[in-house]
Formats: sequence, C-alpha cells, structure tokens
Amino acid sequence: MTGQAGPSRARPLWLAGALGVLAVSMVAGLLGGAADMSPWQVVLQAVDWLPFVQVDSGLAPVEQGLLFELRLPRVLVAAVVGGLLALAGAGYQGVFRNPLADPYLLGAAAGAGLAATLAIVALPALAGGVPAAAFAGAVCGVLLAYTLGNTAGRSGGTATLVLAGVAVTSFLTAIQTFVQQFKVEELQRIYSWILGDVGGGWDQFWLVLPYAVVAAVLLLLHGRMLDVLSVGDEEAVSLGVAAARVRLVVLLAASLATAAAVAVSGLIGFVGIVVPHVVRRLAGGSYRIVLPLSLLGGAAFLVLADLVARTVLAPAELPIGVVTMFVGAPFFVGVLRMTRRAET
Amino acid sequence: MIETRGVTVRLGERDVVRDVGMRVRQGEWVAVIGPNGAGKSTLLKAVMGLVEHKGEVLLDGRPAAGLKPRARARLVAYAPQTPSLPPDMSVFDYALLGRTPYIPYLGRESGHDREVTASVLARLDLTELAGRRVGELSGGERQRVVLARALAQQAPVLLLDEPTTALDLGHQQQVLELVDRLRRADGLTVVTTLHDLTVAGLYADALLLLAAGRAAASGLPAEVLTEELVGRHFGAHVKIEPGPDGRPVVHLVRSGS
Repeated sequence: MTGQAGPSRARPLWLAGALGVLAVSMVAGLLGGAADMSPWQVVLQAVDWLPFVQVDSGLAPVEQGLLFELRLPRVLVAAVVGGLLALAGAGYQGVFRNPLADPYLLGAAAGAGLAATLAIVALPALAGGVPAAAFAGAVCGVLLAYTLGNTAGRSGGTATLVLAGVAVTSFLTAIQTFVQQFKVEELQRIYSWILGDVGGGWDQFWLVLPYAVVAAVLLLLHGRMLDVLSVGDEEAVSLGVAAARVRLVVLLAASLATAAAVAVSGLIGFVGIVVPHVVRRLAGGSYRIVLPLSLLGGAAFLVLADLVARTVLAPAELPIGVVTMFVGAPFFVGVLRMTRRAET
Repeated sequence: MIETRGVTVRLGERDVVRDVGMRVRQGEWVAVIGPNGAGKSTLLKAVMGLVEHKGEVLLDGRPAAGLKPRARARLVAYAPQTPSLPPDMSVFDYALLGRTPYIPYLGRESGHDREVTASVLARLDLTELAGRRVGELSGGERQRVVLARALAQQAPVLLLDEPTTALDLGHQQQVLELVDRLRRADGLTVVTTLHDLTVAGLYADALLLLAAGRAAASGLPAEVLTEELVGRHFGAHVKIEPGPDGRPVVHLVRSGS
C-alpha cells in the first residue's frame, strides 16, 4: 500500500535537520564576539556542561567564565525567545486561519509592551513584576482584538480580525507612548526594553523557562487539532471537534508564549511570521510539522540574529529587534506577493 | 435512518427552514431540491447540528441533540458546498482528518486509521495523488478528495451539499456514479442537495422539494418533478417527459416557440 506517501513520511528527517541547524547556530552563537576561541574547544566545553559528562576543553578559566556567564545564557535566551515567538506565530495563524497573523498584528505584544512599561514606570524597584504585567497585557491585547474582530465582522472574517489587531495595537502603543513622555526619566530603560535584548543573563533564562515549557507543550500537543480547524469551523464541528474550545486553548497558549518572550526580551519583530512561513513552504502545511519546526527554526534564527547584532558593529551592539526586522520586512513583502499569486 | 420532525431554523430575522419533516430510510438516496434560497443547505446543516434549530432530528432512531459531537460524527459525515481546503496540506493528510471522530483529543491516529484512509483513497483512484498538495488539484480531483475525507469517517450517513457544483458534465457524472456505487456497496444512506433537477431525478430514490423553507412536495422523482410543481416553485416554464429509463427529464421551454 502506497497510501502513506507524501510529507508525513519525511517528518523525522525535517526534525533532525532542524535540530542540526539549531545546534550549529548555538555553537556559532557561543563562538561569535570578542576573544578568540577555536570552534572545537567551544564544542568540547559545551559537551562538558551537559550533566554527567566531563571533557577537558583546554580553555582557560577566564574563557570558560566568559562562555558560561555571558554567552551561554545569551544564546539560550535567544533560542527560547525565538522559538516561542515563531511557535506563537504559527499558533495564531492556525487559530485565525490567516497566514499573515502574527503575535504583533493581534495586539498581544502591544498589550504586553504597554503593561511592561506601566510596570517599569509605576514599580521601578519590583523586577519580577514586569513579566507578570507583560503576560496580563498580552492576554488582554489579544482578547480585545478578538472581541473587536468578532463583533465588527459578522461572518467572522479573518481580515476584520487582523484589522482589529492593528487598531488595538496602535491604540495601546499610543497609550504606551503617552506614558513614556510622561515619565521621561524612565525613557532609557523603557526604550532599551522595547528595542529588544537577549543579554539578560541566567536570571532572564530561568524567568522565561517555565512559561516557555508550558506554552510550548500545549501548542505542540494541538498540532492535529489545528489541522482540523484549518478545514473551517463547520467541518471541524461535523468531525466532532469543539472548534471554539480548541481555538481558545491555542490562543491562550500562544499568548502565554508571546508574553513570556516579550517580557524577557522586548519587542523583537517578524520572527513569528517569517519562520512559520519558511517552514510551511519547505515542509508542507500540516501544523504537526509546522509547529515543531517553527519552534526549532525560530530558536536558530534568533540565535543567529543575536550573533549578527553583536558582531556587525563590534564592539558596539545593534539592538536585536533591528536585525530581525531588517531581514523580516523584505521577506514579509515577498510573502504577501506569493500569497496573492496563490489566490488568483 | 434520518428523521426530522418540525425542524425550523431561524437565521437573523427570517425562518430559513420552516417546519420541515423528512424521513430517509437506510440505504436510500434522497435529493433535496428547490429554488435558490429555499433552505436546502440549511436543512442539511440542521441535520448535522451545525445550526441552531427547533424541532427534532432523529439519527438511527435516537434524538441527535442527545448525541455527543464525536458520536454524531461517527454516524453522519458532511461535505459542505464550498469546502475550504488548506492548500499546503497533502491529500493524504487531508483525507486522514476524516478519522478525527475516532482519535482522542490531543491523540495521534493509529495504524488502522491510516489503513482506512489509504483504502478509501485507493477506492476513489486517489492513491497516485496522496502526496500532492491539495492546492494543486483540479476541480474534479478536489471534489473526490473531499468525498474521500467524508468516507474516511466511515459514517453510515453521508450528507453532501451540492457535490457537483462547478464540475463539468463528465465530472458530475463521475462523482454521482461514485456516490451511487459506494452507497450500494456499503449500504450508505445519502442525502444531497442538487440544483440540477434532471440529475436529481436520475440518481435519487426520492426527492424533497423545498420552497421558501417549507416542504412543498416529496416522494418519487416522477411525483415531485411535475410541470405544475416545478413551474410554480421555480418560476420556470418547463416540459417534463419520461426519459429512456422512465425517470423524468426536465426541459426548459423557450418563450415564443
């Protein structure tokens, strides 16, 4: 029986390939920057950090310290944030059945941004308050856009939803700007937060990790359900699936992922839309492959973007958000053109 | 197998379906006909439980309202008039979605599910296309792929909303012959909406004529397809004659001739 042909069979290969790309990116991320170390020594050192493994990398203690205290957490935060943003983007695209949906278009990041700004301004001493505020803000932003889009467009059109997201985003951003102007002394801190930064060290990594695990597991488990949703609500219901409930769970998980990512790294753009699209074009449209590949691909993409941000103008550093948008914006235009061609 | 009693569907300000009673025996093919906007698709959706309705729908003698969504999906498979096909999904993965009522929430499909899907694809001559993206298919292939998804559901009742729209004559015949063959082989109960009256009379065992949401007539094709009924409810000037097999053939009559 040849019925099992097609993309389903190639999935393990794609996953292995993506894991390989991620591993290479992470080693490159550890290598890049000031101070010369040989790639081989860095690989040995990385192996040495794994539990129950002891390898002598031949690196001096200072170099080991640099790797462990500065570069490793930076690479890990970049990987987690990139993976979360891409995964959340893929999730939103599945929920809204709109290939152009991403965490930013739906108001999640703007909501998180506003709430984080308010937290910085109102409670400057409370460091742990920012992620919590960002999470609440992200959920509120999405729900606001979702409610607006559902009440404005009677047929539940996805176009109205994106428009509602744009409206909510600009509204919340306006408030955020107002608050910033009002509290100029915090501007530096808010601005550097917005531009995006993955150099927060181990604290940030441990902060984002629990959210990341919960959101990623929830989203990855819903791959098949998102496939069912992709045939439309009526058909999903006729297949015995409670479409509204699935949508809500995925929406919450993707918002959690976005909020966690935004809280520790600021507003890093376009990862959520670029990566799922590349994945979909390469490996096919089933969410069961799009979701895990987006996670891995997003992680690799942001690790490399951070590497570029650190090295292009070394010793100065570019904000990572600038790098991803520089790559992302032209790509976005390309995607728009391609989807238009596919529709005609 | 299917029975509706006093089914009424209100959409917005209007009763789109009004007090419709219908009985479909097991293994029977019933075609729902009627002018545009008569409520044909809405009646199908009410049977599937996709729209809120008053009145009762019985599936296999049990009230459908009491069935869990998954149990209902194992009894009735539905293909809408304009199915939305995810363009990047492979034909096999798309047809596999028909197994959803048998797979636990968040679970994976079993080897059995894949076998059922593969054999359905083979039956519909789609094995060659299993790896193709759905977006690359022609209109006729799409219709067969949607049918494959519905058949993979292995439900004893098949609800098909205008399965032949946008198909040319040959592909229309191909799809209808296929449905006819499958229902004879598997004893499926089939309810379709069809806009072509001659085609409806040719394939269905019985017709239900809806007009303005009400059941205007029902019965054997020859009883429903009369010049008087078609003239009154479709506002069409037609001549109806028995065809070679005795089933009614509907001709349009050009005015002035």
